[in-house]
Amino acid sequence: MDPIVISGLSYAYGEGELRRPVLRDVALTVHAGEVVLLTGPSGSGKTTLLTLIGALRAMQEGSCRVLGQELLGASERERVRLRRSIGFIFQNHNLLGFLTARQNVAMALELEAALPERERLARAGAMLAAVGLAGHEDKLPAQLSGGQRQRVAIARALVGGPGLVLADEPTAALDKASGAEVAHLLRDLAKSRGVPILMVTHDPRILDIADRVVAMEDGRIVEAEAA
Amino acid sequence: MNVLARPRLLPRAPARTGEMAPAPPPAPAGPASPGRVARLILPARLAWRQLRAERARLFSAMAGVMFAAVLVFMQLGFRAALFDSATRLLAAMEAELFLMNPLTTASFRPEPLPRIRAHQALALPEVAQAVPVYLAQTTWRNPEDGSRRAIQMIGFDVEAGAMSFEGLSAIAPALRRVDAVGFDHRSRPEFGDVARLFAERGPFEVQVGNRMVEVVGLVSIGPSFGADGNLVMSEVNFRRIVRGRQASNTDLVALRLAPGADVAAAQRRLRALLPPDVAVLTHAELVAHERRYWETATPIGFIFAFGSIMGLIVGMVIVYQILFSDIASHLREYATLKAIGYSDGYLARVVMSAALILAVIGFLPGAALSVWLYDLVAGATFLPLRMTTERTALVFALIFGMCAAAGLLAMRKLRDADPADMF
Repeated sequence: MDPIVISGLSYAYGEGELRRPVLRDVALTVHAGEVVLLTGPSGSGKTTLLTLIGALRAMQEGSCRVLGQELLGASERERVRLRRSIGFIFQNHNLLGFLTARQNVAMALELEAALPERERLARAGAMLAAVGLAGHEDKLPAQLSGGQRQRVAIARALVGGPGLVLADEPTAALDKASGAEVAHLLRDLAKSRGVPILMVTHDPRILDIADRVVAMEDGRIVEAEAA
Repeated sequence: MNVLARPRLLPRAPARTGEMAPAPPPAPAGPASPGRVARLILPARLAWRQLRAERARLFSAMAGVMFAAVLVFMQLGFRAALFDSATRLLAAMEAELFLMNPLTTASFRPEPLPRIRAHQALALPEVAQAVPVYLAQTTWRNPEDGSRRAIQMIGFDVEAGAMSFEGLSAIAPALRRVDAVGFDHRSRPEFGDVARLFAERGPFEVQVGNRMVEVVGLVSIGPSFGADGNLVMSEVNFRRIVRGRQASNTDLVALRLAPGADVAAAQRRLRALLPPDVAVLTHAELVAHERRYWETATPIGFIFAFGSIMGLIVGMVIVYQILFSDIASHLREYATLKAIGYSDGYLARVVMSAALILAVIGFLPGAALSVWLYDLVAGATFLPLRMTTERTALVFALIFGMCAAAGLLAMRKLRDADPADMF
């Protein structure tokens, strides 16, 4: 029912004496259509938690159920499949520099080869228009501003109709105005599609987009407040 | 509860969660499995777009592959030209069977065999003709500047028809005259421009060995690694020039069989008939024997194979460097692709596609350049360098393999693209 259900999740880096726990007995649930912000000082484990939810890292202990898939003991193949149902937005846009904005967005659809090329490009174009980049479809990332690039990244994350969006400080590299703009755009698009968002952020300027703010410290969730 | 709940995800993300529904038993690729063609074409297109984006890198990769292709083409070309030219004299002989001293290693230094074996071979009804062939090297004095140089002499019954060289039939009657020789006009230029002198003066005298002989005409054979030039003459004139040889010995016997005779059967009967001091070889075996000498008894075959391998290794290192730095500088993008659900296999196909694209676009100009170089080198060395279909196919296969190996090596770098580092 809930897109993310976590209980008793612990995670540690290193082995033996060098073993360094970063997550201790974390429990977190994100409800359908909810926008949850994860805050906390650096080193509190929030990014590690995000990579575990995103199936980018193998689980060690506890239970983490994402979009109905239990990740504890999931194979690499299952994790790759799950990632296709998740929209990722990174701190840096990470667009492919040699592809145009439209081609970059269409890359998220190329995994479904059943979709004809023309349909992929049309959907990518429509998604770019939805993030306000109509007319910029054929520009390379280098020809776009930072805010525009991050909007292309949002279009890429949403174009495949994901069941969940994971974002890591998507506004950190942007100035105040475009940061707020990008955050609201992401929130509005996700809300209109009913897609839940889990976003790690330090940025106090965008806390207003959240339904709920979860704070972490020393690998534990210390506080959850409704915004 | 969860089992019942799972389908409720469908309305939220129909295209995506639809494939999630049968998740618990990890379903093999299933309906989402992309078509075979798309699985190869889409990575190849991505690879091409990536290569195209960096012109300088693309051109240096292309130049590297081209360099390797040209190097291998030249090495294999020289190798084939050597073997072709080394056996050219024997290949021009038209007889079906040959008698040779089993100790003869190569035609430019033959061991003698008793001439009487030629007559004995005639005892078989299927042997129509037995023509002794005399081979020796002596010196030729350049009629223009007087310098001396070793030349290959071939003495035989010029009218028997057992040997044929271009131009021989026209001068065969003249070769019967005393001290008459035919000069191979494709000999190396160090022998003098005999063709021009002959055209200007007609028959003229030159010193061969210690004797003055008359050039009465020109034939066309071509130099080989064993001999820079050739002279053809009758058996009698050969003996006049080469003194001190026993008249009862010859160097090779060419046997012409009666029309329709079975070559293999005749070979078996001759082996039974003749003593073991002669080897009975078919034409193909004779050529192969000569070829084997150059392949094994000299390091020449090895040297060219070694040169080819060096070229391939250098090319592989260049392609590997290009692919490696391409991956290294796009590590974040590759990791992003992994994060959004691209498999390792897909990215591996991107790298392999890039390698194979480089193979093709480097090979084509390399082959074109090699054709031009073959002409250039053939003109300078008088060796028969020619582009053949088999060699083109072989070199392409080698270059393809070289690029594939470089791609496989470069692919290891993909492991560094860890999507977990992206956040």
